[in-house]
Amino acid sequence: MSSPTRVRAEAGTGPRPAGRLPAAVTWVGLVALGLLLLPVVGLLQRAPWSALPSILGESEVLEALRVSLIVSLAAAAACIVLGLPLALVLARRRLRFPRIVRAVVMLPMVLPPVVAGTALLFALGRRGLVGQRLDSWFGVSLPFTTAGSVVAAAFVALPFFVVTVEAALRQAGDGLDEAAATLGAGAWATMAHVTLPTIRPALAVGTALAWARALGEFGATLTFAGSFPGRTRTLPLETYLALERDPEAAVAISLVLMAVALAVLVTLRDRWMPR
Amino acid sequence: MTVSFDGRVVRPGWKLQVDGLDIGEGVTAVIGANGTGKTTLGRAVAGLDRLASGRLEIAGAVADDPAAGVFVPAHRRRVAMVFQDLRLFGHLRVIDNVAFGLRRAGAGRAGARRQAAALLERVGVDSAAWQRRPAALSGGQRQRVAVARALAPEPEVLIVDEPLASVDSSGRASLRALIDGSPARHTLLITHDPVDVATLAERVVVLDGAAVASRGSAAEVTASPGCEWAASFLGANVVPGRAHGTSVTTGTGLVLTVASEADGPVYVTFPAHAVTLHHDRPGGSARNAWQAELERVDLDGERARVHLAGPLAVRADITRRSADELELRPGLTVWASLKATELTVVT
Repeated sequence: MSSPTRVRAEAGTGPRPAGRLPAAVTWVGLVALGLLLLPVVGLLQRAPWSALPSILGESEVLEALRVSLIVSLAAAAACIVLGLPLALVLARRRLRFPRIVRAVVMLPMVLPPVVAGTALLFALGRRGLVGQRLDSWFGVSLPFTTAGSVVAAAFVALPFFVVTVEAALRQAGDGLDEAAATLGAGAWATMAHVTLPTIRPALAVGTALAWARALGEFGATLTFAGSFPGRTRTLPLETYLALERDPEAAVAISLVLMAVALAVLVTLRDRWMPR
Repeated sequence: MTVSFDGRVVRPGWKLQVDGLDIGEGVTAVIGANGTGKTTLGRAVAGLDRLASGRLEIAGAVADDPAAGVFVPAHRRRVAMVFQDLRLFGHLRVIDNVAFGLRRAGAGRAGARRQAAALLERVGVDSAAWQRRPAALSGGQRQRVAVARALAPEPEVLIVDEPLASVDSSGRASLRALIDGSPARHTLLITHDPVDVATLAERVVVLDGAAVASRGSAAEVTASPGCEWAASFLGANVVPGRAHGTSVTTGTGLVLTVASEADGPVYVTFPAHAVTLHHDRPGGSARNAWQAELERVDLDGERARVHLAGPLAVRADITRRSADELELRPGLTVWASLKATELTVVT
């Protein structure tokens, strides 16, 4: 939120930005900032502050909150368990087709969530590539279950964790790993005592980003897991439904989600923003 | 007990070829210009780089032999390394950095810390620093921590890669004492400091052009350094020229008479102390004499190192008293002379 004041301060005090930057650019930049700010203001302006506690105490909201927490935390855990080895492989192994592998890893970041959900349905659905085997061999069916929501959320959140951790691993280099090896540390000991402790901040940042992304997931979850109260209806889905039934409730839940997002950003600002 | 290295290490666009190098007990200095493979040699012994072909034995056991499919990974070799960039663990306290190797060898936390403390005391790291992170220490102190950390697991071979590069001269002497008193059976000292070689090394290995150019005792290597870089490094003068029998014509046309016959392009090397200086043309037995312009005189205790320009850019070491008596000053023209028997011809 400090950006507008900073822009004005620089335009006023520093001769360089004011002299070299056409005024129109500054103005358009401020318009863009306004565009980003407007929805927040709109939400705050419509916020039913006095009714907030009772709205958030409604059973549907609480149930959606419970599902959201379970799904997002499980997805974040899945991101750590699966993403950490992937990040290590990407950073330390020489890959055959590094560009293609990296593109695959980044794909969920740019894919429309609905497309992601559709793709998951055809891969893991009851008649999907892997899904039909899961069904016939283990009797496991993912679509329209809480586990399915977790899969959808983990799918879209995974790149955030992997990209963050891989960057930190690359920056740290393997010099410390080599030093550990000359001191008698095998591969596991090196990973546990040197590699991971060295990138601990990045692990925290990656987990938080992945969790925040999982918490806000909507499109892939809806497509792949549906919207069943108590099972797959998360806070974003509840918000969307509430918009027709009770707009005030939608605003209230939105405020909660926005507060969480802001909290994550503020917590990570020092580590994440400078890059 | 030796470390015997016979093989090649290949890296993209580059290779190091070492033929039958036996590194005995004690301190062996590895010298050579940048990019000649000194660090690669150390890394291969430590197990951080693999041999592409050949064989590496450490204390009688094969550590690397690609043809036989043997490669002992770094953590199973008793080879510790003090890295040029130190590579201390930033997330661990100083004492736990030193205890790291002991812990990996199975020591308990308390026992490892006790031993680490004793080592830190021995290398002279102030006990107030033991509970700090390495980043809070001065460069010299960090260096000592790195040495203590490498020595802690009692390695068979200690590799020290340019350890003194970032320490001031007072710190160097005590670090030298540390390396000199190292309990490791073999110490491989990769260095750019002539004093290291003079004071520590029982043997010197010279690398040039990604191969061993010379090896032997410091005196042997100084007498035949194998490359211009090492020759000048070890204090000798190096003059390129073309030999015809016992005459060597230098680039400026001055002909030097040498004691051994050779033909074709050569380097003539001679120690700085072999050059004598005179005001008048010297008589006597010296075969080589030429007029030179005195460029500069560096005084170092009782020694004066005189830099000469003119047909040959050489250094002459004389006593300070002689320098005073000759009233040497920059710009003066003097006669320099050299006995042919002092000249070594390197082809």
